[in-house]
Amino acid sequence: MTAVLYDIPGPKARARNAGTGLLGVVLLVALIGYVLYRLLVTGQFSAREWEWIQYSAIQRLLLNSLLATLEAFGVAAVLALALGAVLAAGRLSEHRWISRPATVVVEFFRAIPLLVLIFILFYGVSRSLNYNFSAFWALVFGLMLYNGSVLAEIFRAGVLALPKGQREAAYALGMRKAQVMTNVLLPQSLRLMLPTIVSQLVVVLKDTALGFLIQYPELLYQARYLGGQGQLGSPILPVAMVVAVIYIAMCLLLSMLANYLERRTRRNPKIGALDPAGKADAEGEVVAAQSTD
Amino acid sequence: MNVLLDNLDLFGQAFLGTIKLFIVAAIGSLIGGTILAGMRVSPVPILRAFGTAYVNTVRNTPLTLVLLLFAFAYPRLEIADLSFFTRACLGLIVYTSAFVCEVVRSGINTVPVGQAEASRALGFTFNQTLSSIVLPQAVRAVVPPLTNIEIALLKNTTIAAGFSVIEAGGVYSALAERGYSVLVGLLWVAVGFLILVIPLTLLQRRLDQRWSVAR
Repeated sequence: MTAVLYDIPGPKARARNAGTGLLGVVLLVALIGYVLYRLLVTGQFSAREWEWIQYSAIQRLLLNSLLATLEAFGVAAVLALALGAVLAAGRLSEHRWISRPATVVVEFFRAIPLLVLIFILFYGVSRSLNYNFSAFWALVFGLMLYNGSVLAEIFRAGVLALPKGQREAAYALGMRKAQVMTNVLLPQSLRLMLPTIVSQLVVVLKDTALGFLIQYPELLYQARYLGGQGQLGSPILPVAMVVAVIYIAMCLLLSMLANYLERRTRRNPKIGALDPAGKADAEGEVVAAQSTD
Repeated sequence: MNVLLDNLDLFGQAFLGTIKLFIVAAIGSLIGGTILAGMRVSPVPILRAFGTAYVNTVRNTPLTLVLLLFAFAYPRLEIADLSFFTRACLGLIVYTSAFVCEVVRSGINTVPVGQAEASRALGFTFNQTLSSIVLPQAVRAVVPPLTNIEIALLKNTTIAAGFSVIEAGGVYSALAERGYSVLVGLLWVAVGFLILVIPLTLLQRRLDQRWSVAR
C-alpha cells in the first residue's frame, strides 16, 4: 500500500524529493551532532568516564545483574504463560460461574498499571499483611498477573479465530469437549498465535526493568548504582549507553524471532488460509500491551 | 475509606499530576507519531530509514530506561534546565510516539488502494494524497487501537513517579510517612485508575461504532 501513495517520481519530483531528503538529513545530522557535541563537551567520552569498564569486579557485577534480569524474565514468562492458559480456559468455559470470574480477573489486571500492581505486592502486602515479598517475587508475580491476563486474551482470540467448521467437525466425530480443545483447536491456534506470544514475551523482558523501582538488583538498578559512584567519576551516561545497548539487543533478538515466525506463518498455506480476522484482533491486544511497559 | 478521606489532598494532587502528565504526553505523542508515520510512508528513502530505525529502537527499549536517561543522564549534558515534569513528558512522548506511528501506519494500510490511486490520477501530490485523502479515512480505522495506546500511556505515567514526579504511583511513600496503611492506599490508587480507564474504554467503543465505515 505505502508504495501506492505516490507516483514513480519524474524529474521534478525527484528534485523535490532530493531536496526534502537533504533537508531531513541536515536536520537529523544537526540534532545528532548537537547531542554528540554536548556529550563531547561535557566530557562523556573522556577516558576517566569509561575507566569503570576495565574493572573485573564491575564487569562481574553487570554480568550478575544481567543474569538477575534474565532470571526474572524466565520465571515470569513461564508463570505468565501458565496463568494465561488457565485464564483463557476459564474464559472459554461454557459454565458461567467459571467464565465470569475469569473475565473479571483478566479485565482487572489489564486495567491497573503494572507498576501499581508491583508496588501493592512489594510495599502494600509486606507492610500491611506482614508477609514479606522479596523484590524478586514481587516483580515476578506482578509480571505474571499482568502478562498472564494479556496472554489469556491472546489465547482466547486465537482459539476463537479458527473457522467454526473445525470445532463442529470434531464434535461430529464424537470427541469430548476437552479432546476438541487439545487435539483440534489448540494445535492449530498455537501455530497461528506463536508470533503474537513471542511479541508479548518481549514486553515481559522490557518490563523486568521495572524492578529498578523496587530495588531489585537487575541491570538498570546496577547501572544507576554505578552511575552514582563518585570515585568512578559518576559515569551515568556511559553506563546507561552500555546498558541501553544490552537491553535493545536482547529485545531486538526476541522481536526478530517474532517477525521470523510471523513470516513463516504467513508463507505456510495451511495456516495462511485460516481466517485472519481474529488474528488481527489479537494483534491489537499486543500492540496495546507492548506500549504498556 | 479513612485512608482515602483523610488524605484527599494527597490523592487529588497525585491524580492531578497523572492527568496533566497524560494530557501533555498524549497530545505530544499523537503529533510525534503522525509525523513519524508520514516519514515512514514518504517517498524520501532517508526519512523512511530514519522512521524505521527510530521505531525499531524505541519499541525495544524499556520505558524505565528512557525515563532514567531523561531523569539522570540528561542533566549531565547541561543543555537547558528542565523540570522533572517536563523531562518525564519528553520521555513519555519519545516512547509513545513509536507506538502511535505503528498504529497510524497500519491505519494507512487499511485504506483501499483505489483511494490513493484515484487521488494520484487526479494529480494530487504525495502530501495532498496523504493529508486530504488517506489520513482522514485512516483516522477512523485507527481510533480503537489508538485508544488502546493512550490507555497504555495513562498507565505508563505511573513509572514517572519513580523519578520524583508527583504522580498517583508515588502516593505510597507519602502515605507511609503519614502513618497510613500503604496497602489500602495503593488499592485506592488502583481504583482511581479503573475510574480513569473505564470512561476511555467506553469512549473508544462509541467512537468505534460511530466512525466505523462499512467497506
